[in-house]
Amino acid sequence: MSADTVRPMSWFDKLAHPGQFMIWSRHLLAPLWGLTVLCFAVGLWLAFFHSPDDYQMGATVRIMYVHVPNAWLSQFVYAIMAVSAVGTLVWRHPMADVSMKAAAPLGAAFTAMALFSGSLWGRPTWGTFWEWDGRMTSTLILFFIYLGLIALWAAFDDKLRAAKVVAVLTLVGAINIPIIKFSVDWWNTLHQPASVFRPGGPTMPASILAPLFTMLFAFTFLFLVLHVIAMRTEVTARRIRTLQRRQAAAGTSA
Amino acid sequence: MPDLGPHAIFIIGAYIGVGLVTIGLVAVTLGRAAAARRRLALLEARRDRDAKA
Amino acid sequence: MIAFAAMLRRDIALALRQPGDLLTLLLFFVLVGAVTPFAVGPDRTELARLAPGIVWIAALLASLLGLDRLFRADHEDGSLRGFRHAAIGLEAIVFAKLLAHWLTASLPLIVTVPVLALLLDMDAATLGRTELALLLGTPGLLALGAIGAALTVSLRRGGLIAPVLVLPLAVPLLIFGVGAISPGAVPGSDRAALLFLSGLSLAFSALAPFAAALALRLGAD
Repeated sequence: MSADTVRPMSWFDKLAHPGQFMIWSRHLLAPLWGLTVLCFAVGLWLAFFHSPDDYQMGATVRIMYVHVPNAWLSQFVYAIMAVSAVGTLVWRHPMADVSMKAAAPLGAAFTAMALFSGSLWGRPTWGTFWEWDGRMTSTLILFFIYLGLIALWAAFDDKLRAAKVVAVLTLVGAINIPIIKFSVDWWNTLHQPASVFRPGGPTMPASILAPLFTMLFAFTFLFLVLHVIAMRTEVTARRIRTLQRRQAAAGTSA
Repeated sequence: MPDLGPHAIFIIGAYIGVGLVTIGLVAVTLGRAAAARRRLALLEARRDRDAKA
Repeated sequence: MIAFAAMLRRDIALALRQPGDLLTLLLFFVLVGAVTPFAVGPDRTELARLAPGIVWIAALLASLLGLDRLFRADHEDGSLRGFRHAAIGLEAIVFAKLLAHWLTASLPLIVTVPVLALLLDMDAATLGRTELALLLGTPGLLALGAIGAALTVSLRRGGLIAPVLVLPLAVPLLIFGVGAISPGAVPGSDRAALLFLSGLSLAFSALAPFAAALALRLGAD
């Protein structure tokens, strides 16, 4: 640290520097946890005690309250990763690849839960545990893309080089996802000209929207807090690696 | 517990499955964070000790 | 332009120098098609119905098999490092390699389709549509494959992971590729599919050299 860099840190520095990130992100954890727990508590209560039966689906509309948030998150997390990828490649933001790496396993887990809950929703609704409809199929392919990203991260020994390469794949995937969605929907109309019904009919009553949105917020806050924690872990892991290298070089036993 | 209808098992199964994975996710995330903190503290202690020596 | 042609000639010559690779690829393609009846049964009407899908899957898998060839040899002998500083740009070099690869790997495949048509009871009209679909679609498949190969070129077992990365992205090409052959429940959809296929394939072929070149640069030491 040279003597002439004593100017106060700009907000960009506060955001960018890993050390600074560790300091201010600590204050986010408690409020985020609080919001998460609160939303889950209210959401679950609403889901089980305040939700009417859907006129088409009956009581199984309750599965939607865990399926839709996870389906939403599977796409939202990918959007976060895509923005982080741009941050890695274009803006060279130091925390961008940390964000990208931390988000991938979380996104994969949410996608898996979306597929699982969607499958259990499909069984009483359509009679099968899996139906090759547009949304579930697109979600399945998204899941495979997540797994591919995680596999690519793991395949590299040099993690900093991995970050840039994974960023390219993330963006290639981001461009492809709308194309995949379009082609899968097209493929679906080809083999099933019947239209897909929407839950709750043409308009959803407020008593269904309330638990739905509460659970949506609950899962989103959950992702945010886990993402921050995972990023902190990654920064710590890098510090560990640096210390290990220094100590090994200095001849100290590791 | 309200009447969950004839397909109650699927509703319960969905919530339990999602609940387990969510709890697992939280546990793994927190566990790895704690392990990393411990490891870092260990290495920093060793570094400070070697610096004094 | 001269450099581009030189690169093209070089890669074609290298590929032709090892005809065994080409024959293995063709054999794999035919085998996938020939082995499928053992899995789905020999009923001729059923096979004829599934034939477009089987041919496309075989073409997709054969393309994935040949991916490694694109960049690995150049990476291992150091030529890739030289290409990065070439006058015509790494993107143009990648495009030349893609073209050479298509000429020496996909074109032979397209020529071999009649063998599968015979085994799978495809009629002449369907065969013609299949050939056209593969002709238009395989550039897109190879383009996506090139991105996968570029991302994994510096990895020791990159050849294993590249197909896994490419397959989900290849789904639209597969959907429109098969859709262009058999209309399914909606009449006239095969013409729409052919247009989507061509557009997608063209777009991928145009963009892949840039993505692949970027991946090659970033993945290098």
